[in-house]
Amino acid sequence: MSLLERFDEGEIRALSKIVSLIENREEGYEDTLGHLYRKIGNTVRIGVTGPPGAGKSTIVNRLVHQLLKDDKRVGVVAVDPTSPFTGGALLGDRVRMNEFPIDGSFYFRSMATRGEVGGLASSTDNVAVAYDAFGFDVTLIETVGVGQVELDIIDTCDVVVVAVVPESGDAVQTMKAGLMEIADVFCVNKSDRPGSARIVADLRMSLELGNQSRDWWKVPVVATQAVKGENIDGLLEKILLYLSVARESGEFERHRRQQLEKKLWALLQDQITKEMQDKLSKMARIDQIVDNILNGNSDPFSASRELFQKWTDSVS
Amino acid sequence: MTEQKIRVLLAKPGLDGHDRGIKVIAAAFRDAGFEVIYTGLRQTPQMIVDAAVQEDVDAIGVSILSGAHMTLFPAILDELKERKAEDIILFGGGIIPDDDKAELEKLGVSKIFTPGAPTEEAIQFLKCEVEARKEQ
Ligand SMILES: Nc1nc2c(ncn2[C@@H]2O[C@H](COP(=O)(O)OP(=O)(O)OP(=O)(O)O)[C@@H](O)[C@H]2O)c(=O)[nH]1
Ligand SMILES: [Mg+2]
Repeated sequence: MSLLERFDEGEIRALSKIVSLIENREEGYEDTLGHLYRKIGNTVRIGVTGPPGAGKSTIVNRLVHQLLKDDKRVGVVAVDPTSPFTGGALLGDRVRMNEFPIDGSFYFRSMATRGEVGGLASSTDNVAVAYDAFGFDVTLIETVGVGQVELDIIDTCDVVVVAVVPESGDAVQTMKAGLMEIADVFCVNKSDRPGSARIVADLRMSLELGNQSRDWWKVPVVATQAVKGENIDGLLEKILLYLSVARESGEFERHRRQQLEKKLWALLQDQITKEMQDKLSKMARIDQIVDNILNGNSDPFSASRELFQKWTDSVS
Repeated sequence: MTEQKIRVLLAKPGLDGHDRGIKVIAAAFRDAGFEVIYTGLRQTPQMIVDAAVQEDVDAIGVSILSGAHMTLFPAILDELKERKAEDIILFGGGIIPDDDKAELEKLGVSKIFTPGAPTEEAIQFLKCEVEARKEQ
């Protein structure tokens, strides 16, 4: 049986091999994804982001238990950073995941960013496509611990949970980090810690005062104590509420279309850039152009315009 | 353009509660360019193999100090067989007498490192072994 056939039969090992194929961009991975794309559309993607140590993995762990109890099949992708110096990575999110069924209703994969800086790996979205095709009801995606806003999560998920803790500081800091704008649901975790009630109130007020860019949704702030599983049901309830409101208002669909369009352009851009570089480096002496700029006889702007002209002439 | 990395799962089965040693090894592996999945303490053989299959690792490294190595290693090997994942390399470390070591390596554990062995030795071993298995 081929790998894809085994995947279609629901074999976990086949899913694992396909995830690796996608992640490593091994030969044929695009065709494989092409095949998978024909079978997707049934999974919702929940993103969890926030500063390092806020409890993202612990929250994900609790959400998974809750979802499994509701008879959902759940996949998780947890991303941790690749060391820019060694290319290696310590993927530790799995430590918080224990006592899960092995009947195929749960799957967890750790991913390293492998050089990507947006909080996810460049293949995270593709891996989520594989999860969708495999038949999970929900995919949870945990980003690397970020202090500043990382936008990849919005382009990859249907709903974004931002987890903060009392130690993360007040709402002003959260706002400055840009986390305010990306949250569909706020989670103030470690509510057992001092200052928790204050930051909840603080966030609520700032959200109230801030110009709410969405008239169809008011971002809720949920206090949780993930280690004890406290109010995780409350958090999940808000997440699901967001999804149903978004669906009703048409925002869910609009967002997905927007994500796909963006992906399409990004892929095209990659191809065009590659093709252009291949062609132009044969048609023009880039080193001479650089010489000219250095000598003051040209500049990067006119040089790139000329190169672009050369390329468009060659393709027309 | 493929970008393969050596992926290793590190686990600590059994009940003894120290993970300092395994964390040092995890850091050394990362510095060698590996992707290291750390799964924490008190993992059962079934949990370890289940995680290894999901993470599609090249190798599983376990540290056993509790003296239960003659049951835990074979249990992991059995589980690997059960899941048709015998191609995953199993190696380990801990305080393990020479006789047991020979016995375990005969059973299918690829390599047992004695405490104090330089981590560089394990890194070189994994690089060679993963390469060799890829060629098969
Ligand atoms: N006091 C308290 N500690 C918590 C709570 N939730 C999580 N923690 C602890 O916070 C620490 C970090 O939790 P993780 O879930 O690993 O946090 P994370 O955001 O995934 O961390 P990174 O992935 O490394 O960014 C762990 O020691 C957790 O046990 C909570 O509600 N209260
Ligand atoms: Mg985490």
